[in-house]
Amino acid sequence: MIKSELVQKIADENPHLYQRDVERIVGTIFDEIIEAMANGNRVELRGFGAFSVKKRDSRTGRNPRTGESVHVEEKYVPFFKTGKLLRDRLNGE
Amino acid sequence: MSESTLTRMDLSEAVFREVGLSRNESAELVESVLDHISDALVSGESVKISSFGTFSIRDKNERVGRNPKTGEEVPIAPRRVLTFRPSHLMKERVDVGNKK
Repeated sequence: MIKSELVQKIADENPHLYQRDVERIVGTIFDEIIEAMANGNRVELRGFGAFSVKKRDSRTGRNPRTGESVHVEEKYVPFFKTGKLLRDRLNGE
Repeated sequence: MSESTLTRMDLSEAVFREVGLSRNESAELVESVLDHISDALVSGESVKISSFGTFSIRDKNERVGRNPKTGEEVPIAPRRVLTFRPSHLMKERVDVGNKK
């Protein structure tokens, strides 16, 4: 399923909404999650999962092709942990 | 930077501000988005949200695990796990935002 198919499903269930409003609604939800993480916050959606930010310390990496050492700066990466309910549903429980 | 946790309520508040539906209906739409994503995943389908990321299902084979406390070997049943791969846009915004 891709975003446009998700929008279509929601639009089909809500015939009183314009398709473009459904697009904005869906876009707002995903954008809000990114914005929260960009501000260093967690987003916890019980039953579904939680988005958080992990810090990766700077390290000395290696160019796998040349074997040369390179400095890799510290960075912040998005992380998702599946919620219990969804994890159980995936396994037919 | 003070860290806080957002919930469904904050997402529906954002929808409410953006589109001007009732708070109730905004909350239902947030739930409905999460439900559709979950249902697709449960049916084995991946969900790709451009500029956000991709949720996909991986099958894990059965393996022998160990109880870390007792050292006892226990079989871990085959199972399906969900992985999320963030888009470049998300990675970029999260990295840049947290370095400020």
